[in-house]
Order: sequence, then structure tokens, then C-alpha cells
Amino acid sequence: MMEWIQQPWPWYVAGAIIGLTVPTLLLLGNKHLGISSSLRHVCAACFPANISFFKYDWKREIWNLFFVGGVLLGGVVATQFLTNPNSIVIAENTVTDLEALNVKVDGNLMPVSIFSFENLFTLQGLLFFVAGGFMVGFGTRYAGGCTSGHTIMGISNLQWTSVLASCFFMAGGFVMVHLLFPWLLKF
Amino acid sequence: MQKVTDEFIDSDVTHPIECDAPNDQIAKETLIGSNIKYLITGIMFGIVFVKAEIISWYRIQEMFRLHSFHMYGVIGTAVVVGIISVWIIKRFNIKTIQGEIVLFHDKPFHWGAVIGSFMFGLGWAITGACPGPLFAQIGSGFLVVIVTLLSALAGTWVYGLIHNKLPH
Repeated sequence: MMEWIQQPWPWYVAGAIIGLTVPTLLLLGNKHLGISSSLRHVCAACFPANISFFKYDWKREIWNLFFVGGVLLGGVVATQFLTNPNSIVIAENTVTDLEALNVKVDGNLMPVSIFSFENLFTLQGLLFFVAGGFMVGFGTRYAGGCTSGHTIMGISNLQWTSVLASCFFMAGGFVMVHLLFPWLLKF
Repeated sequence: MQKVTDEFIDSDVTHPIECDAPNDQIAKETLIGSNIKYLITGIMFGIVFVKAEIISWYRIQEMFRLHSFHMYGVIGTAVVVGIISVWIIKRFNIKTIQGEIVLFHDKPFHWGAVIGSFMFGLGWAITGACPGPLFAQIGSGFLVVIVTLLSALAGTWVYGLIHNKLPH
């Protein structure tokens, strides 16, 4: 049993559990799945700065902060207690592509050569952490949701806007990986 | 503030303008007692993110390079399970555990769903994370992602600052 849990979980198990989060939240208390909203609530709670977008009763939405706090704790639990003893297995074509871009495939969940504090004040760090994070925060709120709020919750509720948004999430990713990466990773 | 009134029940639920992941519960909630169940749901969500390697920067690269079915399988299954679940809730009028009607909201078209989504996609491919996995990456010990999260907060804040000037 433990061995089975420690292995990487197959896509259909993960997908089913993530999908079931939608009715779980709805039935536990009429809550709509959407993780990027937590960023807005943090802004509203900590630095509203008299901006109308952040003037609302964030305390009413505080369940969302409990939820993302849980996601962080879940990361701790999975890594400390259920961790996979083997290296992550990546598609060979991706390994080849990444090595061509000088990104080391090191068997961790994330390339440590990029995601480390030593990298923070380099051009690459600025791109990966500061610019990347900013686009995630700005883009999701402008879009009105992220992969959870649009792709999972929105499409579950058959919203065409969410289908459209999801297509543009993917389009942005394709453009970044195929058109911009070869150029950006030169630095 | 905008009042969102549901025609099926005679009560008003107040939300921020276009709150995207609203809390529609009418019954009063206590800070810890009511919210602990969302913490537990979140923990489960976070464990799945790590165990299915959804938080992995490499898996996101595979997805955008079309070299693996894994992420498409995860998202596809989640969407199908979600659609069926929502359909069952609507069809059989299943109530919340507080006995309230489950409310759904339409998401009308706006240009943010094109421009904002594209921008998020660019960021997703660089960071290897949508907002959920950001939290799970930090929990997994990649503490430098705290910087990414702070930057995402800054992005949300700047959007709030200038949202009136953007096309919607």
C-alpha cells in the first residue's frame, strides 16, 4: 500500500480527485473552486491601498485562504511522508530539448539549477521568478480565473468563456516554450 | 460592491464585483470551525499536486512540447469528472450540507479571457506553475518560489490598480 502511494500517481487518479474537488467544495458550503482568487484576497487583506478592486469583505472569502494554506501543507505532507524515492521520469524528447537549452534535467520535481536562491539576482532569476510570477498574478486576475477557476470549475459549469480562456492559457504556454524560450534562455 | 441576487431563493448574497470564486453560503460561518474543512480539502489537493507531479516544471515543459499525455490526462479527467458532478448536482437538485441550494454563476465574455489568459499562459510556462501549484511547490521545499508568489501578488495588485483602464 505504502509503496503504491509513494509511486507517482497515474493521471486518471489525480484527475478524478481534482475533478471531485468541484462538488466537494460546492456541497461543503456553496464554494466555487478557484485558486487565483486567493491572491486577490491577500491583496485586499494586506495592502488594499484604497483601490476599489480590493474594497470588499475579504473575510467572507477567507475559506479560500484556508484552502490554499491546505495546498501548501499538502505539499509538505506529500514531500515529507509520501515521497517518491526514485527520480522523476521525463519524456526523452523533452530531456533532449531542455538539454539543448542548457537546462539540466536532474531528477527532481523542479530543476534545482534554476529554482535556487543563488539564481535570484541573475537575469534568469528575474525572468523565472519575478517576471513569471507577475504574469501569473496579473494574467489570472485579468482573465478572471486560472486553471482551477476557468479550466476545471468554469468548464464543469459549461461556460464558453472558460473554454476560450483555457485555449489562450495553452496558447500563451506554447508561444513561451516554442518561440520565446530559445531566445530567453540564451542569457 | 455588487448585489448578486438569485431568483430561486429570497435572499441576497453580496460579493465583490465579479468575484471569480465566490462563497455563496448563506448560513453564518465561524473562522476556524467552518473553515477547517477547506483546509483539509486543500491538503488533499496539495498532496495530489505533488504525487501526480503536476507541480513539476518538467511536466509543464512536457505538456507544452506535446511530449507526454500525462498533464492532458490529468486536466481532461478532472474536467470530465467536474462536468458530470455539476450535472448531477443540478439534475437532482442536491443541497449543500447546510441544506442550501447550490448556486452557479455564468462567466460572461470579456477580453480579459483572451489577453489575460494569454499572459497567464506565458507565465505558466516559465514558472511551471499555475497559482495552485505555486503553493504546493513552496510546501515541497522549493522556497525560492516564495519570490514567485510575492511577484504574483504584485501582479494581482497592479491589475487591481489599473483594471479600469484595461479593455474588458
